[in-house]
Amino acid sequence: MSIDWYNFTPWSALAGGALIGLAASLFVVMNGRVAGISGLIGSLLERGEGWGEKGLFLLGVLLAPLLWQLFCRLPEIQIDSGWLALTVAGLLVGVGTRYGAGCTSGHGVCGLSRLSPRSLAATLSFMAAGFVTVFVLRHLLGA
Amino acid sequence: MRKLMAFLAGVIFGIGLLTAGMANPAKVLGFLDLAGAWDPSLVLVMAAAIGVAFLPFSWARAQRSSLLGAPMQLPGKRELDRRLIGGSLLFGIGWGIAGICPGPAVAILLTGRWQVLLFVAAMLVGMVVFAALERRRG
Repeated sequence: MSIDWYNFTPWSALAGGALIGLAASLFVVMNGRVAGISGLIGSLLERGEGWGEKGLFLLGVLLAPLLWQLFCRLPEIQIDSGWLALTVAGLLVGVGTRYGAGCTSGHGVCGLSRLSPRSLAATLSFMAAGFVTVFVLRHLLGA
Repeated sequence: MRKLMAFLAGVIFGIGLLTAGMANPAKVLGFLDLAGAWDPSLVLVMAAAIGVAFLPFSWARAQRSSLLGAPMQLPGKRELDRRLIGGSLLFGIGWGIAGICPGPAVAILLTGRWQVLLFVAAMLVGMVVFAALERRRG
């Protein structure tokens, strides 16, 4: 392992992380809800309760880049995957987050913040799977 | 008021993802690439997010209702089961393929990239398939 100092962005990472934590805090303290994106989307698809608040939270995330652009240029967004990889990845993320009852936000941020053992197990699982997948794709298959 | 808060929290969440670099799939893959040139930035994103959210969640766990009078809806399940681990592993594989997880997918959906539209469409199909399988399971 070698650290990629060139792309390492500690200050924006800390600032962005703090904002994510603030948003999750507001949502639970004010609305009593977990800011887990996959759960919110899944609940909307299945017409679960509280769709107004859930939909508005998602709308906020959706509109964030447009509001951002009113004030400054968007940060770099680089996607190198082709259509097949994106399709397979999207399907796996959709099915996986619903079976696993959460993603990076629900388990990784909210779940770990409330010391949930399920979220810790889930986070370790998807992190490990992510590390292994990138290793296989980049270093074994050379994709 | 609750609806306004939900929207505001969503906007802050999205701005946070963009600021943190989480919304850049190439950067996320740089974090997942332990064996290559590793970008540890996302460790700091998680640490800062949890650092900020820890006390509010500790408070919330002890409450029956939120400050705005909504019922406190925190998951109560504690068992680890095959669905949780299996689902999370599948999610991790998908995350490792494209470097996109659900939050950033929503946060960059309207930035005019066909790749994100395709990813989100496939993700929604995956979620609908899950819902259909759950209904059959009864």
